[in-house]
Amino acid sequence: MSTEPHPKFFPREQRTTIVYGILCTVLILVILQLWLLEATMNAYLGGDYAAAWPAAVVSILCLLLNIGLLRYIYSIERVNP
Amino acid sequence: MQHDPEQISTPPDGRPMSEQPAWRQDFPIDTPQDNYVARRDFTKFLVVTSGAFVAGQLYVVAKSQIARDASALAPQRIASIADLPVGGALTFNYPEPHDTCILLRPDENTLLAYSQKCTHLSCAVVPDMKRNCLNCPCHEGVFDMATGHPLAGPPRRPLPLVHVERRGDELWATGVEVRTV
Repeated sequence: MSTEPHPKFFPREQRTTIVYGILCTVLILVILQLWLLEATMNAYLGGDYAAAWPAAVVSILCLLLNIGLLRYIYSIERVNP
Repeated sequence: MQHDPEQISTPPDGRPMSEQPAWRQDFPIDTPQDNYVARRDFTKFLVVTSGAFVAGQLYVVAKSQIARDASALAPQRIASIADLPVGGALTFNYPEPHDTCILLRPDENTLLAYSQKCTHLSCAVVPDMKRNCLNCPCHEGVFDMATGHPLAGPPRRPLPLVHVERRGDELWATGVEVRTV
């Protein structure tokens, strides 16, 4: 039986650093989404409907990326004892 | 019993943290673990916020689609030219019964019509013929009468322009132009 640690094992100190990094990334993406929503709403109220779909697609991509990053946090927790 | 080296304090029943109830794992006593859980949960909250923004974007998409489908407006008779003296104004509803608009006649040959809703918070704008402007009494917004563009106060977008057509002695509204700048 192998005694080597799991390749994805991180001590809590490292996991905290990883969470900090992911938190910063998610925060930037959420601010981007806020800006997108504000710009799209302004365009919609001004009668410009063309921006709505592309902005929604970008916002959905940001959400998927955020969900992926959050899942990664939980995945590294599960392999830790 | 295997001891977790990262665990400083011991739960009352002595079992490892992974076997503890969820509430005890979510509110740890140890400061390093508390720091970790707090950041992780804040990230989770941000992801929920991200989902709320997507819901907002989809709402704008749905509203845009509805507005695009309803963009072809039927012409509607407003009034007779005799009902509007030079320097006068009258209100009418176009395109829907709850959409109040204002028709202005600053001089003999000029007819201007705008939506009466202020582009700030939808209060009704009031014409000031002497100063050639439209005033919003709620937050002191001022719009240029000739163009409908904001001159002062909180509004940033011009008033929606209603196209007016003179057909003999009758005045007809033929469309609404919503503008960003």
